[in-house]
Order: sequence, then C-alpha cells, then structure tokens
Amino acid sequence: MEVPYTVENRPDTGLYNAKVGIWLFLASEVMLFGALFSSYILLRVGALEGHWPTELLNVPIGTVNTLVLILSSVTVVMAWASLKLNDFKKFKMYQAATVICACMFVLIKSYEYRDKFTHHDVVLADGMRVDGHLVEETDEYIILSHPVSYPAEKGIGYRPTAIKLAEEEAKAHGDGHHHAEDRKIMLSDITKRTTWGPWANTYFAIYFTLTGLHALHVIAGALVIAYYWGPGSKMWKTNPEQFTNRIEVSGLFWHFVDLVWIFLFPILYLL
Amino acid sequence: MSGHGPEEIKKTIRTYLMVLGVLIVGTIVTVAASWIHFDSMAMTVGLALLIATVKASFVALYFMHLIDEQKMIYAVLGFTTFFFIGLMVLTIWASGDKPVNTVFP
Repeated sequence: MEVPYTVENRPDTGLYNAKVGIWLFLASEVMLFGALFSSYILLRVGALEGHWPTELLNVPIGTVNTLVLILSSVTVVMAWASLKLNDFKKFKMYQAATVICACMFVLIKSYEYRDKFTHHDVVLADGMRVDGHLVEETDEYIILSHPVSYPAEKGIGYRPTAIKLAEEEAKAHGDGHHHAEDRKIMLSDITKRTTWGPWANTYFAIYFTLTGLHALHVIAGALVIAYYWGPGSKMWKTNPEQFTNRIEVSGLFWHFVDLVWIFLFPILYLL
Repeated sequence: MSGHGPEEIKKTIRTYLMVLGVLIVGTIVTVAASWIHFDSMAMTVGLALLIATVKASFVALYFMHLIDEQKMIYAVLGFTTFFFIGLMVLTIWASGDKPVNTVFP
C-alpha cells in the first residue's frame, strides 16, 4: 500500500502530510519550552534585587555557540535549496557542515557543563563562602584554584561584587590584574560543600533543565540530519521529490532548535 | 514556500545570506544591550526578549519560509501563539500567589 501525500499536496491543506505533521509537533514543542521559559521569567523577575546569581556563565563561549547554531541554520536551509537546484554534491557539503556545527555545539556545551561540575562551592565555619575549581583533594583538605571569597550571608548574588572589590583592592596595591592564588581549605573548616550542578541553587536547576533539554533536541536533530547525509541519501536516486521534502522537514525541526537557543542565550547568559 | 523555480531559489539563497548577517549583528546587539543597566529587572528582561523576538522572526519568516506559507500552517501557529501567550500571562499573573522578594540560596 502506498502512503498518500508524501510528495503531492493534499487538496484540503495544500501541503504534503509530513509538513503538517512537523508543524503540529513544533507547536507542541513551543508549549513544552514555553512552560519552562515562563517558570524562569517568574523566578527571575520575582527574585530579590542582588540575590539572583549572575555572571556565572562564560558569555564569550555562549556567544560562539550562538553563532555556531546560527551558521548551522543557514547550512541546513542551503542543503534544501541545493536539492531544489538539483545539486546533490552541494547538498552533501551543506548537510555535512550542519552535522559538524551540531557536534561543535554539543562539544562546547559539554565543556561548559564540565566546568560547572568541577566548580566547588564551600561554606566555612567562620561564615565565609569560597568557590573555585578543584585542583587537589585529600582526606584532610581541598585546594581550589581562582577562589572567590565573600560572606556566606550575602548570598551567591553578591559574587560579582566580591570579584570587583578584589580587583579594585589589587589595583590599589599596585597589581595590574587581580589573580587570586590557589587556596587550601581544611575539610574540618567546611560546614557545607557542593558543586555548581543543578542541585546548587534555583538558577542552576533551571539552567541545566533548559539547556539539557535543548541539547537533547540538538543531538536528536543532528542524528536525523546525519542519517540523511549518509545512508538515507540513497532515496535521492529513487524518489528525489520525497527526499527533498524529508530534508525540508528535518530542516524545519533544526530551525526550531535554533529559535529556542536564540531565547535561551540572553536569558541565561546575560540577565 | 510556494515558488520553487531555480531562479526563485537562487534569489532566496541571497536572502538567506542577508538573514545570516542580520542574525550575527543581532547577536552582537544582544550582548551589547546586556551592558545597559536598567533600574527595573522587568525592563532588562523585556529588552532581551524583544531583541530575541526580532532575531527569531527572521529565522521563522525566511529560513522556515513562514513569509510565504499555506493557511493551514498559519492556523496552527495562530492557536499556538494564543495558548503560548495564555501560558505566559497566567504564569506571570500567578506571581502574586508567591511571597515577594524571594531569596534564593
């Protein structure tokens, strides 16, 4: 039995079925991400001034990742346009470029995740809070690199101010640039210890939820695009029109993934 | 997208490259705008979302071909927009149900 309307448009919708299907799916995706977005905005706007964690993410890295995803959105639509122009070689090139961009995005995101999971945050018995990357750990002490220290009672929102104050103090003492030395902390002095994972605070909980869900979409989209670049591309010889439609549908999903990131980047990295 | 002739596709490719330029500039503007300090956090969030919406519109209109689509797609998106706005408004409306000035750990 032949599946109808894979190439020609249905008379009632004016579209082939897969296109209607992907748009309905994307509509459900808008609601999925919308629920998480609205939760984020509610928490962010409702936070007491100075208590929401800011400047914890690397903006240059986030900007590069944004540009990588934007570039992939162009390559994916160029792959479709190449098929429309009957240029299969160019299609293969653009499709491969999209997969490379997707891999770059996931690699950069993994680097960011690793950076957070190895960032330790401790509260000391004297009421001070210290965070930094774990360099060494023994049964008696830990050593943190690039430590940032401030009173625990002020909350993590005070962190950027603490860094600025340390830099100003370093300038006042004649140092051109503030560079904190590694700090050794005895385990017996620590009252609370965590890393910057989703369990650290509300901000990281929603950061990992949103970016993790988005990364899953990137991986899923990249797998589909890679399939149509590789074994799935055989269809071009037997049914080029249906193949072109499939590329358009996978491209629509990929653009949605880009759209979500366009909103995620400013709200998580810049606010 | 209704017209798929080779000439039209070639013209569209030029548009794609222009949109790429707009998106790159938009990303730079997004980062630069974050350096502006507003007294109201709602204003800061609003500006960030406004720039993101402009960028997203370019992706949707040109890359996703919404500038020239069938009525069926617009109908689906119309319902989605209605429910999405409802979701946002109801959630923000509910902010009155939680303690103000919440202190996060």
